[in-house]
Amino acid sequence: MTAPGPFAFGLRLLRRQLLLAVRRPIEIGNPLLFFAMVVALFPLGLGPAPGQLATFAPGILWIIALLSNLLTSDAVFRSDFDDGSLEQLLLSPQPLYLSVLAYIAAHWLITGLLLALVSPLFALMLNLPGAAIGSLVASLLLGTAVLSLLGGIGAALTVGLKRGGMLISLLILPLYMPVLIFGSAAVKAAVTGAPVGPYLALLGAMLSLAIALAPMAIAAGLRISIDA
Amino acid sequence: MWSFFHKLGSPPWLYGISGSILRWLLPLTLLALATGLVWGVLFTAPDFRQGNSYRIIYIHVPAAVVALAGYYVMALAGAVNLIWKMKMADVAMKAAAPIGAALTFIALLTGAIWGKPTWGTWWVWDARITSMLILLFLYLGVVALYEAFDNKEAAGKACAVLSLVGMVNIPIIYKSVDWWYSLHQPASIKFTGESTIDPSMLYPLLLMIGAFYALFTCCLLMNMRAELLQRESRTNWVRKLAQSEGGG
Amino acid sequence: MYFQSLNDLLYMDGHGAFVWTAYIITIAVIAVILVVPLRRQRGFLRQLAGELRRQQGAASSPGDN
Repeated sequence: MTAPGPFAFGLRLLRRQLLLAVRRPIEIGNPLLFFAMVVALFPLGLGPAPGQLATFAPGILWIIALLSNLLTSDAVFRSDFDDGSLEQLLLSPQPLYLSVLAYIAAHWLITGLLLALVSPLFALMLNLPGAAIGSLVASLLLGTAVLSLLGGIGAALTVGLKRGGMLISLLILPLYMPVLIFGSAAVKAAVTGAPVGPYLALLGAMLSLAIALAPMAIAAGLRISIDA
Repeated sequence: MWSFFHKLGSPPWLYGISGSILRWLLPLTLLALATGLVWGVLFTAPDFRQGNSYRIIYIHVPAAVVALAGYYVMALAGAVNLIWKMKMADVAMKAAAPIGAALTFIALLTGAIWGKPTWGTWWVWDARITSMLILLFLYLGVVALYEAFDNKEAAGKACAVLSLVGMVNIPIIYKSVDWWYSLHQPASIKFTGESTIDPSMLYPLLLMIGAFYALFTCCLLMNMRAELLQRESRTNWVRKLAQSEGGG
Repeated sequence: MYFQSLNDLLYMDGHGAFVWTAYIITIAVIAVILVVPLRRQRGFLRQLAGELRRQQGAASSPGDN
């Protein structure tokens, strides 16, 4: 029996990750629940005045998406590290680049994508003008993909550590910031009627760069963590 | 040529040569710092718009420049260790991190203090200060990651990966923050004044920048020496050194 | 010399507190990053020398019996 080619292997990995996630639906639901509750925190903290909320809504929504992504990033490789499957993966002949992409793609499908699709509901709760909701979804789709890739780097570097915890946040939050800047700018542009295209294009460029480079860093990080 | 790299990988040789360098570099650095500071404080005219508070430029700008350069030194040292497994490069990377963080801190602090008389508030989210703040986070992340690993060899490699990721991101972060700030910037004074800086102000500034580079090098070498001693504590050359120098 | 008197130098038309605070804190931090590694190096050598002396002492004077 010949070993599967890299793409076939990657797809199988992706399917496996999705199956595992679906078997524990609460883990998919948790980030969304977090998103909903933190959305409630902002009016509680800032006051319910609709105009005020609307002004800050783009930033608030983006920040919460960022934080949800941060919370789930830690777990991307952890369970496979703990039971040894990650080590097996490193020993397999398939290039690590595509396998890593499979993990990250699975992560994005169950966090970022769902977040982006559910975001219009929360946008309405924060009085975001209807015209901006399309850009919100688009920017979140692109941006959370970048966030997943960046989060994977932090996860790979810290997966072997016992006291990982907060460390991953310290490592990747600075990297998240440009995504936040342009993501929320895209939504704000839509609110004021300015063209959104340039911002989405920038997010797309960041995504291309991340897809090209992040898996290499993630693979290196995984090797280091396993060897440690 | 290869013998140079070979020697570079030898701890006792590195220890010896860094000692010889420091013997003249350290006094030179202190002299340059003192000269630059005195020149800037006493012998330059105050700025037309900002008055005397602009004198902070003589520490803020050099600290910021070298803090940024230091990150690249750290990242490149880490890369050398990753690619060629040169342990001395790992030592250099570990030595560079706290110095860079300290310089970033100076840049941030002096930037904030400068902002108060210039803009009326202690903290302003302008492009340069915000980028400096993010640079500080990047440095602290590297330090935190190193401390979190028990296996120090793995720690060095992980920090090398992290610093390289940070290095790639620094231009992106700076450009994003710069753009973000220009979107919100009130039509007021630009932070470090005109790009056409008067020569009488430029020369002490250049001197201070050079002095800070020299300071970074001194601290890097000193940190490396201390780290080398600890790592090689079981070897003969360290023991002989302790017996000849450590007594008393 | 730009300033006419020591008072002028300290006060700097109202900006003195800012300029001097910035300079003093900077000098303090610079002093720290210069002194800490030096102390670490000297302290380590001193400690190692002490250990070696103790080991030699133990080797050259074996206990009774």
